[in-house]
Amino acid sequence: MSTDAVHSGTARGPAGPGGPEDIPGTAPGRRRPGLLRRLRRNRLAFTGAVIAALFVLAALAAPLISPYDPARADFGSALAPPGWSHWLGTDDLGRDQLSRVIHGARASMQVGVLAVALAFLAGVPLGLIAGYYERFADPLVSRITDTLLAFPFLVLAVGLAAVLGPSLLNATVAIGVSLVPQVIRVTRAETLRLKHLDYVGAAVASGGGDGVVLVRHILPNAASALLVQATVGVPTAIIGEALLSFLGLGVQPPDPSLGVMLSSAQPYIAAAPWTAVFPGLAIVVATLAFNLFGDGLRDVLDPRGATR
Amino acid sequence: MNDTAGSTAVLRVRDLSVSFRGEEGGDGDVHAVDGLSFDVAPGEVLAVVGESGCGKSVTSLAVMGLLPPTARVGGSVALRGRELAGADEKELRSVRGREMSMVFQEPMTSLNPVLTVGRQIGEVLRRHQGLGRREARQRSAELLETVGIPDPGRRVDEYPHQLSGGMRQRVMLAVAVACDPAVLIADEPTTALDVTVQAGVLDVLGALRERLGTAIVLITHDLGVVAHTADRVLVMYAGRAVEHAPVEDLFATPRHPYTRGLLDAVPRPGGRAAALAEGRRPRLREIPGLVPGLETQPDRCTFAPRCAHADGLCTSRRPLLQAPAGPVGERPDAPHTAACWHPLDVTGAPAEATEEAAP
Amino acid sequence: MTRYLLRRLGQSALTLVMVSIVVFAGVRAMPGDTARALAGEETTPEALDAIRRQYGLDQNIAVQYARYVENAVSGDLGTSARTGLPVTDGIFDALPVTLELAFLSLLLAVVVGIGAGVIAAVRRGRPAEWIANTVALLGLSVPNFWLGILLILAFAIAVPVFAASGFVPFGDDPLENLRRMVLPVVVLGSGLAAVVMRQTRAAMLESLSADYVRTARAKGLLPHQVVGGHALRNSLVTVVTVLGLQLGHLISGAVVTEQIFVLPGFGKLMIDAVFTRDYAMVQGVVLFTATGYILVNLAVDLLYSVIDPRIRLGGAQ
Repeated sequence: MSTDAVHSGTARGPAGPGGPEDIPGTAPGRRRPGLLRRLRRNRLAFTGAVIAALFVLAALAAPLISPYDPARADFGSALAPPGWSHWLGTDDLGRDQLSRVIHGARASMQVGVLAVALAFLAGVPLGLIAGYYERFADPLVSRITDTLLAFPFLVLAVGLAAVLGPSLLNATVAIGVSLVPQVIRVTRAETLRLKHLDYVGAAVASGGGDGVVLVRHILPNAASALLVQATVGVPTAIIGEALLSFLGLGVQPPDPSLGVMLSSAQPYIAAAPWTAVFPGLAIVVATLAFNLFGDGLRDVLDPRGATR
Repeated sequence: MNDTAGSTAVLRVRDLSVSFRGEEGGDGDVHAVDGLSFDVAPGEVLAVVGESGCGKSVTSLAVMGLLPPTARVGGSVALRGRELAGADEKELRSVRGREMSMVFQEPMTSLNPVLTVGRQIGEVLRRHQGLGRREARQRSAELLETVGIPDPGRRVDEYPHQLSGGMRQRVMLAVAVACDPAVLIADEPTTALDVTVQAGVLDVLGALRERLGTAIVLITHDLGVVAHTADRVLVMYAGRAVEHAPVEDLFATPRHPYTRGLLDAVPRPGGRAAALAEGRRPRLREIPGLVPGLETQPDRCTFAPRCAHADGLCTSRRPLLQAPAGPVGERPDAPHTAACWHPLDVTGAPAEATEEAAP
Repeated sequence: MTRYLLRRLGQSALTLVMVSIVVFAGVRAMPGDTARALAGEETTPEALDAIRRQYGLDQNIAVQYARYVENAVSGDLGTSARTGLPVTDGIFDALPVTLELAFLSLLLAVVVGIGAGVIAAVRRGRPAEWIANTVALLGLSVPNFWLGILLILAFAIAVPVFAASGFVPFGDDPLENLRRMVLPVVVLGSGLAAVVMRQTRAAMLESLSADYVRTARAKGLLPHQVVGGHALRNSLVTVVTVLGLQLGHLISGAVVTEQIFVLPGFGKLMIDAVFTRDYAMVQGVVLFTATGYILVNLAVDLLYSVIDPRIRLGGAQ
């Protein structure tokens, strides 16, 4: 890692409260090119970023770029191996695998983004409060975190599915809730660190209320750490969605999802291995890409976290 | 050169140099130590003195063979006539802790926090003397007593965090002398300690030297410690030896302007140093300027940029350690040498450079 | 030590109470008649009355909760609507399968993960580190259910060495039991091994550069004594913590693994209960798992203090 990253990546000086739309901590003019350039220097992270971006684009443009309707069955060509008309072959109902993988990616991204958003909506305020009102709120928030942690992700998903019936929404909630403790932890740590800095003290001294200090001064400066956390949360959510859909607790057939595809491929893996290989490969490539991107982003934005 | 103690020396270092590969695209190699030579005899304490960054600690690690693989070490390090520079790791391992051992500056971090004191002393004994677990523990307790830790039977089963800084450094000493080494290198052993416990640790060091006849290399920047403990002193500046003398001579008549500056920088009311300072010209409270970077091995006096007496000779040719003209020191067996073109005389005035002083 | 222990026990107890409230509230929050939900789809009015009496459903919510806790503590988690047997029977039938799977996976993860992590740290900058890092990254990115399918494809179908499904109790036929456990254990253990490896490597890199390791080298200790006795010993504190944090993943992973390899364990019990709307069973299993999870985490924390004397003996000065 270059020393350059240390200097401009995490300089969170008094000058950097920043507007809500920019990632604070650096001079606004230098930030974007600097960040991108540093990311590009890390080849693995850059590759990860490109693949992740392609994955997101494919998910957004799924209806436009899919060669077939993902739901259209064609029993005449069921379990066809990969070939010119079906690049990734077809499944047991003769549906085009490529189109289903693309639409499955759409479901993955949908859950990934929504679950992370949910985790942030719940976790960031709790983390801010726990860190800022250390004395009385921290023990309380710790108990909430412990309680959440006591329900392993799948147990939580099972419980929710039992109460509300299995659905994509429940899967998203279960994944989101399971990401909350980590978001609380990171936000709390950042708040603890930032609240002792001089400029926060200055903001308090100049009459800024707690709300103003938290939202205007602490939150924007915690943004890099949170951005890294978000990037790390997405691949977790992608795997979580595939897992729950695989078990029948997430996306319900016939809707396409990478997990559903794997689950319905199980009886045919001996005769048509491609039905299980390609959806899984898509999951691996997507999570690997996001993980590499996240690692690189952490190196650039949060050098302290990189050594953890 | 300073070969006089050579016949009896247990540790003989000749022309030691250490350089580190420079950063990629940086200013080239860093020369941390440059042509250093010294001897230590049994029962003798040699103090190596200098400001931080002058290469003292690198010297001690080089002698122990503990530098990282990125370091390039040249010259000779002979322990009882056995060459250690370039020896393989296996041979070095059998020497370390047994014939030559080391005490580090930071007693807080130099002991392993998750192992008992007894285990950390005992493992040296088990490694080098083949003791069993029980014997090692028994002997560890005895060693704790030797280094002046009360209630050793209880302390031996305690963990480092339960001991004070001074006690931890005593434990480090117990580890170092467990196998009666011929040479003990102590790198700033009292720097991290409170003044009140420093003397205690130094006394232990002195007692060990008396009792076991261990040769001690004491690395320090504290001239008080030097006066208290050392027999001879080697003053280092920017990786090179600038003055080498018996301790009395050095304090009485520092020959090198840098040494003089060091002595003057220590404010001491009364006592020997104050008497020495009488009649001196401008008192250097601190030496102006900075220690030069170590990227180059200049063919000049490295102290010249900070020296009030420097002239053209100093900036064009490198002075070597040699005995300056003037009165011979109190110990004819250990001559007083300085690497300076204009060594100071007894009055503190710089001498004219003579042609025969040039090599 | 005692103070730490008491505080830790207190926290665990508090968490247990909150967990029981969440599970209790979860079942009450279900749409429709709770008694009907707990009894299952086909039931008689008498059975419903019995359940109402058992759970005190005709009384106020505080009494209901008290009754619920009382029952749970005395080992009564209700009756499975599917089998008509006590929920605890189902749990204790499934438990040995899951425990064996989890234990063997944990063993695999610890042995492989710590071993690879140490090698990667000691061989820093050499091919061994690169290989270990790459394998670990793959291990983290390959979801275990896909790995399971691939392994079945490779070792049960293409080259049928191991069985792809079913369980034989260890007591009945130890060899057959292990033969059937190999693939599930690899599936469940590999992801965990990757996490352990990464953490071990990071912790080892830190402790290898610590002063006490330099001291150990200055003592002339052998490399394995320096690495194992000093650096690894210190790194274990971090590694054990991570293992504790990974237990949730172990439980989630066990559910999927059992589903893929048709092992009659805890996970399968849980999933089957959801799809057969066996609410009493779901409630019992969730409560049991959460409780077990809290207790195991407590145990991990105590293990932590065994490894690190600074915690055991009341903190550094």
